[in-house]
Amino acid sequence: MSNNDTATMTEARDESLPEDDARRPVKVSIRNLYKIFGEDPERALEKVKAGMGKPELLESENHVLGLSDINVDIRDGEITVIMGLSGSGKSTLIRHLNRLIEPTAGEILFKGDDILGWGQGQLRELRRKNMSMVFQKFALLPHRTVTENAAMALATRGISRSEYEDEATKWLDRVGLGGYGDQYPHQLSGGMQQRVGIARALASNSDIMLMDEAFSALDPLIRTDMQDLLLELQGELHKTVVFITHDLDEALKLADHLVILKDGSVVQQGEPQHILLKPNDPYIEDFVADINRARVLRTRSVMDKGVPKGEGSGDYAGDVDQNDNLESVIARAEGAMDKRYRVMKDGKPVGTLKMTEIMKALVPRKVEG
Amino acid sequence: MATYDGLFDALGLRAWCDKGADSGPMSMADLLAKTKGDGAATVSAWDTPFPSLDALHDACMAIPQSRDLTQGLESGFLGIRDALRWVIDPITQPLSWMLEDMLWLMTQSPWWIVMPVLFAITWLVSRSWKIVGFVALMLGLLAFVDHYHEAMQTLAIIFVCAFVCVLLGVPIGIAMSRNDKLQRFVIPILDMLQTLPPFVYLIPLIFLFSVTEPKLYGIAIILYAIVPVVRLTDLGIRLVDKDVIEAADAFGMTNRQKLFGVQIPLALPNIMAGVNQTIMMSLAMVVIASLVSAPGLGVLVLRGIRNLELGVGLVAGFGIVVLAIALDRVTKASLARIDASQASR
Ligand SMILES: Nc1ncnc2c1ncn2[C@@H]1O[C@H](COP(=O)(O)OP(=O)(O)OP(=O)(O)O)[C@@H](O)[C@H]1O
Ligand SMILES: [Mg+2]
Repeated sequence: MSNNDTATMTEARDESLPEDDARRPVKVSIRNLYKIFGEDPERALEKVKAGMGKPELLESENHVLGLSDINVDIRDGEITVIMGLSGSGKSTLIRHLNRLIEPTAGEILFKGDDILGWGQGQLRELRRKNMSMVFQKFALLPHRTVTENAAMALATRGISRSEYEDEATKWLDRVGLGGYGDQYPHQLSGGMQQRVGIARALASNSDIMLMDEAFSALDPLIRTDMQDLLLELQGELHKTVVFITHDLDEALKLADHLVILKDGSVVQQGEPQHILLKPNDPYIEDFVADINRARVLRTRSVMDKGVPKGEGSGDYAGDVDQNDNLESVIARAEGAMDKRYRVMKDGKPVGTLKMTEIMKALVPRKVEG
Repeated sequence: MATYDGLFDALGLRAWCDKGADSGPMSMADLLAKTKGDGAATVSAWDTPFPSLDALHDACMAIPQSRDLTQGLESGFLGIRDALRWVIDPITQPLSWMLEDMLWLMTQSPWWIVMPVLFAITWLVSRSWKIVGFVALMLGLLAFVDHYHEAMQTLAIIFVCAFVCVLLGVPIGIAMSRNDKLQRFVIPILDMLQTLPPFVYLIPLIFLFSVTEPKLYGIAIILYAIVPVVRLTDLGIRLVDKDVIEAADAFGMTNRQKLFGVQIPLALPNIMAGVNQTIMMSLAMVVIASLVSAPGLGVLVLRGIRNLELGVGLVAGFGIVVLAIALDRVTKASLARIDASQASR
């Protein structure tokens, strides 16, 4: 990854990103991607580039603007969450990553190589080895057993049953489905079926997992379970995950990098905490207005950076970790407004947190101007 | 003279009309008109004939009569018959052999071998002793009233024809499901095959093949019965859940893996429903095909009609119903078995 690239990337994003740990290398990079559905997308593309929006394009040209000038970097080992309302183009975007949908214009760079130039064979290799997918409606093969479903990627590569069985069983055990291998999908509940879907993606041993509203069809309790499972697996395996959701709580829980789509364009992307504190669009404000900020915001996003040298640590009411949420700090202070805490990262002080700052952060900010 | 004389005079075509005057023999109607004299020269407006070929011919000899059309078709068909035969004969010859061999096998083997084999097949496809018992009862009944031989002939023909229908129909259906252009082209043909009265197939076939050849009725049955299996294969594959196909693509399956690993297995219930209908339609056609020498129960029905032998016709008709029910039960049972093993919805 060249310096040049990094520069353009940070530019595309917000300048005032909170200081980040040394960021991981970019794995897949989407550049100036456009997708237009209709008879003559090329002609419609001209109009879109000249500034026509989604509603006008539909009205005057009868073409649907699926995606418009998308630039996103997907980093190795991170969970990139794409969020937006229904019809904003999330599914369309994620299907470009493994080219289930052909773009109208743009580039998709996989480790620096544009996959749009790839032939069928190369593409198949990519789908078999590098990218696996989890679907909203599970999309399991109804006529195959759970084990056979979990091993779909392996069987597709031509590996025989005796060889893939152990691998498939291992991943089924890992997602908590040990012993269900000989059942058929319709014999399982929705949550269990989606576990099979996840086991199928994991068993393919791909480094990238694409998840299109993978948990949207599940009830809230199972959904929380699955989110925890995903985070747990992620802590172990460090996959590159692209996760789609229209649920902000889910997005904030999972995301390392959050991309917000509206009508086929990116309205804001960056660290979720940052988007929460500094929404740059009324659309996002509406989105974030209703969430429990105390539970989502972390001390590191609110603190004043740096520890003043001269003052002794006696001044502080105590130490908090940089990843603690505000709720836990408020609970510790028992509501007292005059305290301040030292924020620690890996045992070293990195900042100061005043209770007054916490209170300010709890009120959603309006976009200036 | 004739009603439309004035028309041709007015158009100045009289000379052209009269050039063709003496061509062609007179029709019976002409002769009748001649003998009656020219009394009918003045026709009232009420009786004005439709300007059909025949009416125009009366006024202008150069215009052909309707019978020339039918004759033209016939001579045209006879003209290409030899060429057609030269192509179709060798292709369809295996059908004759299959029919002959199957008929020989099923009628010449002793009943105590054929019937157990049929029961075994029933067990294999339906996995239900109830169905096997039912089939045994039905066949036993037919054999008991001495219709065993004819029933076996009918069954032999149905087995061969349904087998050929599946052999040709499933690949055609698969090809249609993958190619919209082909589908648009084939569907009207299927519609035509399904709406033409079955007797109509027989007409050109009789001219093409001699009545003694089994393939004559074989082809008629196959043309009639192949439609549902083609249609339902096409439909079945098109109806396979789009999400599952997308998953297959997303995991890098080749087209071949997708077809044999996903599409055909998931379309199987529909394909089997098509096979069931194909078998039932073969049975319907095998009766009509006795008009062109297909052996079996149909011959007895025909005898009943021709000789007014009410009892013979009714018993044979009842035999056909019995066969139909047995075949339907067996194929439906196997269909249910497939459905149960992949109850996905
Ligand atoms: N095959 C297609 N033909 C025409 N328009 C399409 C097609 N696929 C998607 N679209 C349009 O593209 C837009 C984005 O659709 P997409 O499915 O990506 O939305 P989404 O964000 O995934 O929504 P949801 O949350 O409902 O899944 C929609 O306006 C949709 O109408
Ligand atoms: Mg979607």
